[in-house]
Amino acid sequence: MEKRLPKNIKEVEEVRIETDLLIVGGGNSGCFVAIEAKEKNPDLDVTIIEKAHIDRSGALAAGMDAINTYIGEGETPETLVAWSRAQVGGGPLREDLALGNAKILNGCVESLEKWGVPFIKDEKGRYKKRGRFDISIRGEQLKPIIAEKAKSYNPRILNRVTATNFIKDGDRVIGAMGFGVRDGKFYIIKAKATVVSTGGAAGLYRSPTNDGTTSHHQMWMCPFNVGSGYSMGIRAGAEFTLMEQRWCAARVKDFTGPVDTISVGYKARMINSKEELILQKRYSHLGGDTAPRYIRANAPMGEWNDGRGPTYVDTRHLSPEQVKELKIDYLNERPTYVLFLAARGQDPAKEPLEIYGSDPYIVGGHTSSGYWVDIDRMTTLKGLFAAGECAGGMPNKFVGGCAAEGVLAARGSLKYISGVGHGNINEEQVAAEKQRVFGPLFKGLNMEAKYNIPSGQDPRWQYDGITPEEMEERLQRLMDEYTGGVGQFFRCNEEQLNYAIKHIKIMKKQVERLFANDLHNLVLVHDVIDRLDVSEVVVMHLRERRETRWPGWQTRTDYPDKNPELDCFINSKKNLSTGEIEMTKRPYEQILPGDRTKSPSPVPLSVEKA
Amino acid sequence: MPPYVLKDKCDGCKGKDEPLCEQICIGDLMTLDHVTGRAYCRSLRDCWDCMSCTKICPKGAIEQRIPYQLGYHGAKLIPMIGTDSITWTCVDIDGKVERFTYRTRNKK
Repeated sequence: MEKRLPKNIKEVEEVRIETDLLIVGGGNSGCFVAIEAKEKNPDLDVTIIEKAHIDRSGALAAGMDAINTYIGEGETPETLVAWSRAQVGGGPLREDLALGNAKILNGCVESLEKWGVPFIKDEKGRYKKRGRFDISIRGEQLKPIIAEKAKSYNPRILNRVTATNFIKDGDRVIGAMGFGVRDGKFYIIKAKATVVSTGGAAGLYRSPTNDGTTSHHQMWMCPFNVGSGYSMGIRAGAEFTLMEQRWCAARVKDFTGPVDTISVGYKARMINSKEELILQKRYSHLGGDTAPRYIRANAPMGEWNDGRGPTYVDTRHLSPEQVKELKIDYLNERPTYVLFLAARGQDPAKEPLEIYGSDPYIVGGHTSSGYWVDIDRMTTLKGLFAAGECAGGMPNKFVGGCAAEGVLAARGSLKYISGVGHGNINEEQVAAEKQRVFGPLFKGLNMEAKYNIPSGQDPRWQYDGITPEEMEERLQRLMDEYTGGVGQFFRCNEEQLNYAIKHIKIMKKQVERLFANDLHNLVLVHDVIDRLDVSEVVVMHLRERRETRWPGWQTRTDYPDKNPELDCFINSKKNLSTGEIEMTKRPYEQILPGDRTKSPSPVPLSVEKA
Repeated sequence: MPPYVLKDKCDGCKGKDEPLCEQICIGDLMTLDHVTGRAYCRSLRDCWDCMSCTKICPKGAIEQRIPYQLGYHGAKLIPMIGTDSITWTCVDIDGKVERFTYRTRNKK
């Protein structure tokens, strides 16, 4: 089917939909929102807009080999939350959100098994533990199974429609706008309540595996999760929290894939070039193998920085059967790592596997970045709810916690919907967004015909503007070098951050020069605009946290220690009259008593996540 | 990471509006070449290597490749999808073959 592009804004068709509940992003969380909403009220009109196809969208596209949060025997919601708190060095975190989530977590995880996902069992028939709150699954079909369940309730699913901005009625969100990636139409979806459940933000930073050609997207987090959920909220004036708490992790080197599979699942310890156990040798005062997550994440880059690289997870104790099991785990999560080992001709039982730092990601399902929400998961904008990677304040959600948060956001939305009607659409707002969305498409139009340029020639020579790839690479270089990317061993200082802010502002002025020659490139244009908006907020947060609270995740060379006065949430909000990002602080409230930096008993396994 | 389309196997999912790889690709990268009638990846650099296209292809016409900067040429990883199980065949650069079969869905 040949796609016909509109030639001017008047030719862009509009699709107008009115729905009760709009879900922006049909990944794991978004599907759980739909399922819960339809379970509670089958008559509710529910709409999911999804940039890709919900059968294989989001971070779970390739599959999963584990559920990283499940409350097994001997554990309680409280021990999970206290453990999670220790993993982020004592917080700050939203213990209220985390406790609410933990209480319904197991039900969500168990439903995955009922719907068809195979779980690995131990000899007593219980879920087999991989780590303390970590259980193993065969999750190759995880996303298709979740999507099937969501589809069985017949919500309206708009695949290949990407959201670009919320519709606002005063300070209330009354739906969202976006465009059809395939049909080129402009979608205006009015909703009584809206849940934002897109992925987090990858590709703000340059990946260490990116050589610019065919390895551009060789990264851990899904590179099509560009932070649109955050950027739409930023542009609408929502409040965000802990955007400086970046997820930087130890990953398998030259692949930037998961490491937990090996280090947790097979008790493979981190070593350096001198065969020293890194965590025991350098970080025993912080807990060694059970040091907080950011310490373990940062450890390999610390070794490289000090001249003791390469770094590895030592797999040489594995039996041939264990190597096979290890490969099956990867085939369920990131299958091409098995291909990578084959392409290196490498046997993990003979050679340890190299590890390295990842590029930093903003992922509120892993660390705590995201929208500031209330207990119902409503953001600071009325009618807008957040779940999964989008909702901030609660780290270590992973698949189970993101699913549970979908359920909670659905319940919050239903409560809200019961008391409101539809808002009023301001047509000027809609027209302005339509122009913003489609404008880049009309810039280089018909250049081939007009100037006799052979088609297929590099579009940069057809229209004198900026391609989305160029701006993306400019941003990624800037973020890596000046705001603590892996290329700088995750470190930055005030001057570097000021430099980054200055250059992000220049780029933001130049977004009007971006152009697209087809709908796919139009997606890329809006991807980079969204990444710019998220990056600006991330950098403002990194600057505001003038201390080092989570080395690796957030390291300030000019403020190397923790500052007790900053034991709080750093929040931000765009001032919609000035366009400036304004910073605020909110206090941390401890609910669970005890030492915040200590994992509660029972005593964890000797090797935890790395 | 780039998917490689086998020219003698891909038929562009004749009769469908869009080939299945195009329908499923999370990055909007797989698409149909209207001249050859075969699918191709419009931007090799942008592939995330999730292998959704490879798994869904009814002709087994897509193979995944590791970018050469990262892994050497000649290795293969071929999935065979069953109703509730999967079998992977992996060949390394020295020609060593491994097979992996396991359940992907619980029995109904």
